[in-house]
Amino acid sequence: MSRRLLSGLHFMQGNVACAEGAIAAGCTFFAGYPITPANEIARRMARRLPEVGGTYVQMEDEIGSIAAVIGASWTGTKVMTATSGPGISLMLENIGYAIATETPCVIVNVQRGAPSTGTPSLPLQGDVLQARRGSHGEYEVIALAPSSPQEMYDLSIEAFNLAERFRTPVFLLADALVGHMREAVLIPDPNRINIVKREIPTSGMKFGEYKSCLDEDVAPMPIFGHGFKSHVTASTHDSFGKRNVTDPEALDYYIRCLNNKIRKHKEEIVLVDSEVEGSEVVLISYGSTYRVVREVQKRLREEKIEVGSFRLISIWPFPQEQIKDLARKVKTIIVLENNLGQLVPYVEAATEGKAEVVFLCPRLLGTLHNPDPIVKKIKKVMP
Amino acid sequence: MKVVHPLEKYIRPGFLSTTSCAGCGNGIIAQSVLRAIDELKIKMDDFVFVSGIGCAAWIPSPFFNADVLHTTHGRPIAFATGVKLGNPKLKVMIISGDGDLVAIGGNHFIHAARRNLDLTVVCANNGIYGMTGGQVAPTTPLGLETTTTPYGNLERPFDLCRLAQAAGAVYVARWTTYHARKLTQSVKKAIQKKGFSFIEVISQCPVHFGRRTGAGDAVTMMKGYRQRSIDIGKVMKRGEQELKGKIVVGEFVDRKDPELCEEIAKMNQRLRWKRR
Repeated sequence: MSRRLLSGLHFMQGNVACAEGAIAAGCTFFAGYPITPANEIARRMARRLPEVGGTYVQMEDEIGSIAAVIGASWTGTKVMTATSGPGISLMLENIGYAIATETPCVIVNVQRGAPSTGTPSLPLQGDVLQARRGSHGEYEVIALAPSSPQEMYDLSIEAFNLAERFRTPVFLLADALVGHMREAVLIPDPNRINIVKREIPTSGMKFGEYKSCLDEDVAPMPIFGHGFKSHVTASTHDSFGKRNVTDPEALDYYIRCLNNKIRKHKEEIVLVDSEVEGSEVVLISYGSTYRVVREVQKRLREEKIEVGSFRLISIWPFPQEQIKDLARKVKTIIVLENNLGQLVPYVEAATEGKAEVVFLCPRLLGTLHNPDPIVKKIKKVMP
Repeated sequence: MKVVHPLEKYIRPGFLSTTSCAGCGNGIIAQSVLRAIDELKIKMDDFVFVSGIGCAAWIPSPFFNADVLHTTHGRPIAFATGVKLGNPKLKVMIISGDGDLVAIGGNHFIHAARRNLDLTVVCANNGIYGMTGGQVAPTTPLGLETTTTPYGNLERPFDLCRLAQAAGAVYVARWTTYHARKLTQSVKKAIQKKGFSFIEVISQCPVHFGRRTGAGDAVTMMKGYRQRSIDIGKVMKRGEQELKGKIVVGEFVDRKDPELCEEIAKMNQRLRWKRR
């Protein structure tokens, strides 16, 4: 058994599984700052990274953490930071920097309750839109939502692969529930894990001679220390890394290119788990909320009632097309999320009125939804 | 015959027009840094230059023909921490201004000094926010009238060198743009020093400091630096009253302490031994 990959079956906490997934993906740098309920990730990384030749550093705050992570990424290493809502709020400016400079990194948000300090130890899904639009300016982002400790492992690897493939920050939008939950986690053998590594320019390439950024099909990343003489700036620049803050045409190209890089490749990114065959009613969920869907399905199956499930594994970019198709096939879509309805307007827009959209607003108690009212509602809307 | 500046080889091809105002101290600082590298015969490809936001951040970006990371406001030292830890073989130099490094970025500054990571920080201190139009800075002298202290600055300025010293920097020096040669020697020392080194350069902003506060044009300001500078070696003999309005220049700190990358390497060695 290699130190990098602890292949085998484990009884493991979600946060720990997330750290192990990162190490399996080849992460060798972690910078963070203590925060509940994400601490276990940093703790695991601090112990594990030196074992695999990596480096862990605890920074003075979350702003410094994301900055260090971006800096380390430019040396060609795979990097991660983990925090919760307040930490993400502090990181947002530099998350925008990572998007603008096309820097691969994985940002784990183990979501907790409420705005500001809130309730640190209780899970909610309040940061879904923050991940999408928190930093200023217009941008696209990738966010994955794990629903179990196993997925904390699997999607941690997937997050690194997407970050490397598209040269962009990727959010792992967990919550205190999947972060602190302990379940069986299977760590596969090395040959069963797909690892993606970023492309770098051919050696000998010099600044200005090749596209080092702003390519809708992802430019190779001129990492530091290879004589590329990179110029990395989040000021408006052209595809060669040259700053241009005077030409409005350059501004338009800059914004459009960064957004199109993700939009154009949605098919490669979007991950949904759809079991809707023959169902008139479908439950849409993501992350820990999917666990309620499974319970509801089980209860209804005992009464010979079949309801479908459509789960967003990637929340951003939003699976607009997939939900549009879904709306043509079913009568009612019931949206379940552990907040006051952050994705509901997106679902409504995607259905284009082809299906009824119902939001069952939960009480925000820092637990999973009570399945009873969901079961009741389904019976009511059943044809 | 075409005359080529001896330092032009260090400038990114095609980037020969400066973004600094006439009389700005940035040019002297850029020259001192490049001369130091030239004299040490270190390849530019061995360096990563990191800067933040503000006029001084444009000293390396995009002009230095090396890997350059131009970051967000206040954060270059935190970004540089990741660069250095990500690849300890790289020489990492931060060049930025006083507002960037010690106002918005003050916390990263003291913590990087505490960590004693092998970084070289060159701070162009013009005592004001130049790029945004002459606002008061944490380095602005007491009583000075700036655009945001129209009735005089009521807040005491930071002594950056004493701050760096207290936070644990292993090399600390202050010069002014008048002391270009001594500055070059200090940059050479700082680059070679293992650990966190800090050089403060008192630098003239003739536009937003000189003109608005009545300090005069660039030449007047630099003449003032010459008159007001006093070597740190002579400070002990003088009373506090005598030092009023003076600029204490020289080396504040030059000592050895365990450097973070080396300590990490030692730890990893220890772990490897333990695993056997």
